Amino acid sequence: MLQMNTLTITTTINRRNYTLCINPNQTLLDILREELGLSGTKRGCEIGECGACTVLMNGRAVNACLVLAPQIEGQEILTVEGLAVGEQLHSLQEAFLEHEAVHCGFCTPGMLLSAKELLDENPNPPETDIRFAISGNLCRCTGYVQIVEAIQAASANKPERKP
Amino acid sequence: MEKEHNIVSTQQRRVDAWGKVTGKAKFAEDYNVAHQLYGKVLRSKYPHARILRIDTSKAAQLPGVEAVLTAKDIPGSKVFGIVVKNQAILAEEKVRYLGDGVVLVAAVSKEIAEKTITLINVDYEPLPVLPDPETAMQPDSPRIHDDSPEYEFRNTFVHHKVRKGDTEKGFAEADFVIERRFKTQFIEHSYLEPEAVLAEPSEQGGVKITGSIQNLFSSRRSVATFLNLDLNKVEIIQTTLGGSFGGKDEVMTAMCCRSALLALKTGKPVKMVNSREESMLESYKRHPYVMYYKWGVKKDGRITAMEQRCIADGGAYASMSPFVTWRSVVQATGPYHCENVKTDVYAVYTNNNYTGAMRGFGSPQVNFAIESMMDELAEKVGKNPLEIRLQNGFERGAVTATGQKLEHNVSLKEVLTKAAHSSSFAKKWNDYRHQPPSPKKNGIGIACSYRGVSLGAEGTDAAGTIVSVQTDGSMIVSSGITDMGQGAQSAMSHIVAEVLGISLDRIQFLNTNTSRVPDSGPTVASRGTIMGGSAAKRAAEIVRATLLDVGSKMTGITAEALDLRENYLVHTLGETPVPPGVESGDSTSRRCKRLASFTELAAETFRRGKPMYGFGWFKSPKTSWDEEKGQGEAYFTFVYGCNVAEVEVDTQTGKVDVVEFTSVHDVGKAISRGGVLGQIYGGVAMGLGYGLLEEFDFEDGVPKHLNFDEYLIPTSMDVPPVKAIIVENEDAAGPFGAKSIGEPANEIAAPAIVNAIFNATGQRVYELPANLERVLLGHKLTRKGERGSVRKSAAETWTDASCKIRHKATDE
Ligand code: FES
Ligand code: FES
Repeated sequence: MLQMNTLTITTTINRRNYTLCINPNQTLLDILREELGLSGTKRGCEIGECGACTVLMNGRAVNACLVLAPQIEGQEILTVEGLAVGEQLHSLQEAFLEHEAVHCGFCTPGMLLSAKELLDENPNPPETDIRFAISGNLCRCTGYVQIVEAIQAASANKPERKP
Repeated sequence: MEKEHNIVSTQQRRVDAWGKVTGKAKFAEDYNVAHQLYGKVLRSKYPHARILRIDTSKAAQLPGVEAVLTAKDIPGSKVFGIVVKNQAILAEEKVRYLGDGVVLVAAVSKEIAEKTITLINVDYEPLPVLPDPETAMQPDSPRIHDDSPEYEFRNTFVHHKVRKGDTEKGFAEADFVIERRFKTQFIEHSYLEPEAVLAEPSEQGGVKITGSIQNLFSSRRSVATFLNLDLNKVEIIQTTLGGSFGGKDEVMTAMCCRSALLALKTGKPVKMVNSREESMLESYKRHPYVMYYKWGVKKDGRITAMEQRCIADGGAYASMSPFVTWRSVVQATGPYHCENVKTDVYAVYTNNNYTGAMRGFGSPQVNFAIESMMDELAEKVGKNPLEIRLQNGFERGAVTATGQKLEHNVSLKEVLTKAAHSSSFAKKWNDYRHQPPSPKKNGIGIACSYRGVSLGAEGTDAAGTIVSVQTDGSMIVSSGITDMGQGAQSAMSHIVAEVLGISLDRIQFLNTNTSRVPDSGPTVASRGTIMGGSAAKRAAEIVRATLLDVGSKMTGITAEALDLRENYLVHTLGETPVPPGVESGDSTSRRCKRLASFTELAAETFRRGKPMYGFGWFKSPKTSWDEEKGQGEAYFTFVYGCNVAEVEVDTQTGKVDVVEFTSVHDVGKAISRGGVLGQIYGGVAMGLGYGLLEEFDFEDGVPKHLNFDEYLIPTSMDVPPVKAIIVENEDAAGPFGAKSIGEPANEIAAPAIVNAIFNATGQRVYELPANLERVLLGHKLTRKGERGSVRKSAAETWTDASCKIRHKATDE
């Protein structure tokens, strides 16, 4: 094995506290997928262009492929696995199901988190804001129409959206 | 089936969506097992070269390396191919494009595998690079495949023709002749999920491969011959696929073979995952075409002769080119009447990435030419684009260029009229034509098409689906038709649920496994619904007959008076009023009495020892083709579609914004409305990319972009609101009358946009994509040198090779 100086960090992922032993050159995406088995966050380009790896860090959407592991020290991370609370799906997840916003599903986790950041900030965004908010998330399947519809639906009927 | 539908055509959720919104769906890269190794492949350094020597001694000594393999280690066939078997899984003597694999390694970590690759030395003798098909066709060009038969021209491996009537006579009758050259570009599929597989040695000496594989059965055939194994020793399981669009076929076959070889040699599981750069470098693309169109026309707008010559860049290997170009030759003159047709389509080897199946499959290219020609014809004879299409378009009974009489409901004029009407086409077209000069100009454009459904005379066309009822009444469905994200599983589930009167949540669809379902051919050519769906319907009907028979014995009511509805066995009471005291559990207007739950019925069937299993097989109706005459019943049925695009062109920068889009398709019957709409929206977006943005560019065989920083696909900001209109003329050939939508949705957006640009500016774009420079300057600007993600080392080493042939200046 190629050895490297490891680093110990503490962080919160999906409301759970972790103490992790990491290589400083690992990305948050590596940590999630390889170390923690949270494979819902997807790897599509690894250069910050496709948005498939989008997660929330302290409520802001970031590309996990561009975040180095040491940067998550003390931060709060939310991935697609943490969107539902128990059995209760997040209203965005419900809306994506209802509006056929999911085709192959590879972009879906990232889309959901970009959309969550938007709705947390502005519960009733106009369509242009929705399109702008997901413009960093590529989708090759849907043409974005049903995704935009789903986000609109989730914004209109938002009951108290928890985390 | 005359009754109303409970599931089919109603709003139902996709069966696979829950796992995808919760992060539980497992895509290929998400599979891991203990002690897995990581496989990597060293690819070529030159687009065309002879391999002189491969030195792996240093690499093999690195700690953590478990295997370093070359072509010499292959036990069986070293080449594969769906039609022409000449694609190397590991190149031995020659490399023919930059994506060719040369050496294979497996190591205990990804990092070590990557390091190992850098320790391998390969000596090459660079050969002349042939990046342009028209140059490659010249008699003095070197041959890319020494032993490949040539058709008429050098490096030409396919020549399809269509001959009808006498074009000389047709041109003699014409008042004008319109002659144009069109050109289209390479397109990267851009499935969001890069390729990945996990290969595990199995207990009986075979191998099990789990991965993002589109056409499991053709991949399995290649793995078996490559490893000298029987087909039953190679088990391939498809994972949830993160998009394919035709793209996860041969590139996955190569990956399957390579990982399986590593697994068998090391005795350990081997995982292989492509980075996006590796994916774009190795994977095949949509064929670029050069198309010469020459039409003879009368002053009144009739077409007397159509002559076409198309050259497809096949790249380094044959792949699906023979099939793709066959669809082009059949559809090259569109849904328009003409007595005299002569079409030739060639596919030519070059040193670019090989080209193969991509959504549309040979139609987007010719549709761009046909629909541009139609508009030129309209312009020439002073009609509007809608009129000229209605005048020349097919109706029922029309005879196509291949001599096929269309006996189904030919809805071309219906879709044309609906699209034009709902977009106010004629009025806007006229207004925009006469708009005053201004920096921003508006335009509207129309394009339509007909498309043969399924494989047609291209290949054997049959598929199987299995429905298995469990003792608690839940259901397992599996099929040889695969789901790539397009919703095939949902469509088949909807059909099964409809026939058996159960709700969708009682159905579990299994991912396709080659060892558990019959070979159903490739899931291409939009055949998922019509083939897999028909097979699913038959399987469900077999089960239904058994269940109703048991139900009849259980209740003493004749089977004819029984039905399965909403998870119940019911007694149908016809249209008579419900007698007092009888509950009507049916939410529809149909009256019935519930007799037993589906669960009870299933349990009873099991108790009575009846088979609870149905196997449905569907073979497509007959088609025919005479290769010499270029005539035949090419497809058993066709679909019709029309797109209208409205654009705003910035005349100072050449920037084109699509502001509105209308897409009308006759799908026969929409099994799942949301699914059909989704296919239409996604198809339009991809067509918009084809028309305006995307171009996978090469310079002398070296790709200029290998990631999404430079290969641009449409984002949410590029795609306009799309008005989708579904037309349903049920077709006897499909389940519940359904045909197809996946590819039709994608094949006419680009010409609609280009025609809209002409309406706005009076300038026509003859080469795709219609990007800034082509719209503004009328030609392409070329960029020299590399940027961004391009593989620098490869580019540097080979450009100083003295022996290259320059591009013929085709981009003047
Ligand atoms: S994988 Fe991070 S943006 Fe594409
Ligand atoms: S659903 Fe396939 S990429 Fe978005």
